[in-house]
Amino acid sequence: MDTVDPVVLARIQFAANMTFHILFPTISISMGWVLLFFKKRFTATGQQHWMEAYQFWVKIFALTFALGVVSGITMSFQFGTNWPGFMNTVGNVAGPLLAYEVLTAFFLEATMLGIMLFGRGRVSERVHTWATFLVAAGTTMSAFWILALNSWMHTPAGFEMVNGQAHVTSWMQVIFNPSFPYRLTHMLIASGLTVAFLLAGISAYRWLKGDHGLEVKAGLRTGIYLAAALIPVQIVVGDMHGVNTLHHQPAKIAAMEGIWQTQKGAPAVLFALPDASTQSNRFEVAIPKLASLYLTHDWEGEVKGIDAFGTQHPPVAPVFFAFRIMVGVGMLMLAVSWLSAWRMRRGRDLATWQARVLVAMTFAGWVALLAGWYVTEIGRQPWLVQGVLTTAQAASQVPASNIALTLTMYLSLYAVLLTAYVSVVFHLAKKTSTANTLPGAQHA
Amino acid sequence: MLNTVPIVIPDLSVPAGWLPLVFALVMALAMLAYVILDGYDLGVGVLLRRADDEAQKDTMIASIGPFWDANETWLVLGVGVLLVAFPMAHGLILGALYLPVALMLLALTLRGVAFDFRVKARAEHKPLWDRAFYLGSLLAGWSQGYMLGGLITGFKDDWATHLFSALIGLCLVSAYCLLGAGWLIMKTEGALQLKAVAWARGSWMFTAAGVAAISLATPLVSSRIFDKWFSFPNLVMLLPIPAMTVALFFVIARSLKRLPTRLAQGNQYGAAVPFACTVGVFLLAFYGLAYSLFPWLVVDTLTLWQAASSPEALMVIFYGVVVVLPVIIGYTVFAYRVFWGKSTALKY
Repeated sequence: MDTVDPVVLARIQFAANMTFHILFPTISISMGWVLLFFKKRFTATGQQHWMEAYQFWVKIFALTFALGVVSGITMSFQFGTNWPGFMNTVGNVAGPLLAYEVLTAFFLEATMLGIMLFGRGRVSERVHTWATFLVAAGTTMSAFWILALNSWMHTPAGFEMVNGQAHVTSWMQVIFNPSFPYRLTHMLIASGLTVAFLLAGISAYRWLKGDHGLEVKAGLRTGIYLAAALIPVQIVVGDMHGVNTLHHQPAKIAAMEGIWQTQKGAPAVLFALPDASTQSNRFEVAIPKLASLYLTHDWEGEVKGIDAFGTQHPPVAPVFFAFRIMVGVGMLMLAVSWLSAWRMRRGRDLATWQARVLVAMTFAGWVALLAGWYVTEIGRQPWLVQGVLTTAQAASQVPASNIALTLTMYLSLYAVLLTAYVSVVFHLAKKTSTANTLPGAQHA
Repeated sequence: MLNTVPIVIPDLSVPAGWLPLVFALVMALAMLAYVILDGYDLGVGVLLRRADDEAQKDTMIASIGPFWDANETWLVLGVGVLLVAFPMAHGLILGALYLPVALMLLALTLRGVAFDFRVKARAEHKPLWDRAFYLGSLLAGWSQGYMLGGLITGFKDDWATHLFSALIGLCLVSAYCLLGAGWLIMKTEGALQLKAVAWARGSWMFTAAGVAAISLATPLVSSRIFDKWFSFPNLVMLLPIPAMTVALFFVIARSLKRLPTRLAQGNQYGAAVPFACTVGVFLLAFYGLAYSLFPWLVVDTLTLWQAASSPEALMVIFYGVVVVLPVIIGYTVFAYRVFWGKSTALKY
């Protein structure tokens, strides 16, 4: 195993765990608020179908939350096992942020979840609604702290280096670092979109299975309108985030755009196969000067290429493709959600083909989210903390064979669990729908 | 050689002195809370395999349903404090325990999701998830005991140490079973409750043997710990710890003997005794362990002051802990009060 670089293995393992983990909090962050919305609609209108919607989606929430918790525990251990250099160098910054996440968010969500799931009947409706709110608030607070730390790793601020260790000079600058507002907003909306398409997709699936109850329609409409409203906002926020990245991490932008040489009037590359060995794109399809326009707001503006960063630049191809996948899925989301919303106005039903498209896009949010996550995280390489600490410096001395062994174990388990998760979500939808469409079953 | 190095305890009136101590205490309390709270639900998981039928399994799971998420969070806090307050020790400890930690994480993952999947997946998959829940609970408990063994022996890498660690792993699983059985005696009724009494009896012996074995083996593997316990006047002053432990084991045994007759008469008096006394055993064992290890985080290598983060970073977290920890304890107590009494079927 000596021929395999342990740093590469450690990175693959961490990336695998992160990829698996991020799927679930992404859903629980927004799903918590959707559940609160359902519960509030129920208490405001007294209509039973809102409570039925709550009771259906809270099952999926519980499942998602459990997967988020257990994979999150794995993450908290791997900081130490895979990246001891991280805490040794920037522990004074990362430590308090992580500690506040556990103290203010994690306990709150996990404890209130018990009451939210099983407490109805044991506590008053008011307390139960409060528990739902606290779970939603907890998950969002969690995102706040984690994104603060993650943003700081991209755009570190408010610290000074003393003897090779970061010491905080201003917590306000650490938390509200230059990319934090954009990154947090972008992430929260991504979570909203993931949940919106999950809601719409599963509801459309139930509708196709013959369950035309009010509860299913409520889920469908909530999902579609939420997606239709959020996607344009996301496009604007994403663009602002891009401008911010150009300012702080120009190498990442060069990789995203597939621009190898610094140039004036840079083209917008629609498609290409970036080739690191020749430092150029093959099969490039590009619109001349467009990248300069949207990046610098000037047709002849200068855009830095990969060549401006020596060896300190991320691998181009993965960032380049991930960015195009994210944008592509985003465009698809825009088209599908607006078409569906237009169709569903004034209470009309979806066409069957539209429902099928929504089912196919049930987990579209995950695809866009992961692609975006790879853009931002691979785009930061070779740095772990931009300009402060490289990934290689932070890696541990654990033998490659140990990492390879555990990596295999993790990947197998994740494959099983992910398959189980997706099939159980659809199984729940099918089970509920069959029960609701049985002859003689009561419709609300 | 190392044993001749004097332990320097710094001036405790300055932040650099008392802050690491406070965080060592917070970490110890979080770990203790974890071992007791997740301990009983891991124990219930291991015992799941011995249930008679589906209904009993469902009741067992229902008894831990509202709590297990929050219970596991204490582990995150404990490891979190180790990570943020003692970063050097975190890297050293988790690096040395890389494989058992990975095993525990896999086990906890499997168990945490099996719990949720078993009721939601297709009916024919339920036994599979039940087995995953059992296996996850078993391996999680065992690997935690294995890690404890490593911690006590200072991560020596020889076969005797690994054997010792593996043995402690079995003892901890047994202790978790005793705790879990005690929990079930409190939270259930009827046939399952009587079964739980029998389970508790079975694990009592192994737990008692385990505690005795660890108490004897620990001083033998580390001469520094030996000196701490078996020198005058420490020996006399520490005697209450083993004495109280023996007394508690005796009370548990007596209670388990009397409970079946009493429960058969519909009398629930004393149903909480085995659980409460087992918690007492855990507290004493933990105290003894903490005394043995202090002030080391890694025996004979790293003290808690050597491993601590900068005082200013610790101070920032300290404010948070002081304000938030009481709130956390408050709503944890609230959650336990909401689900007080015999557990009922889980439905949502």
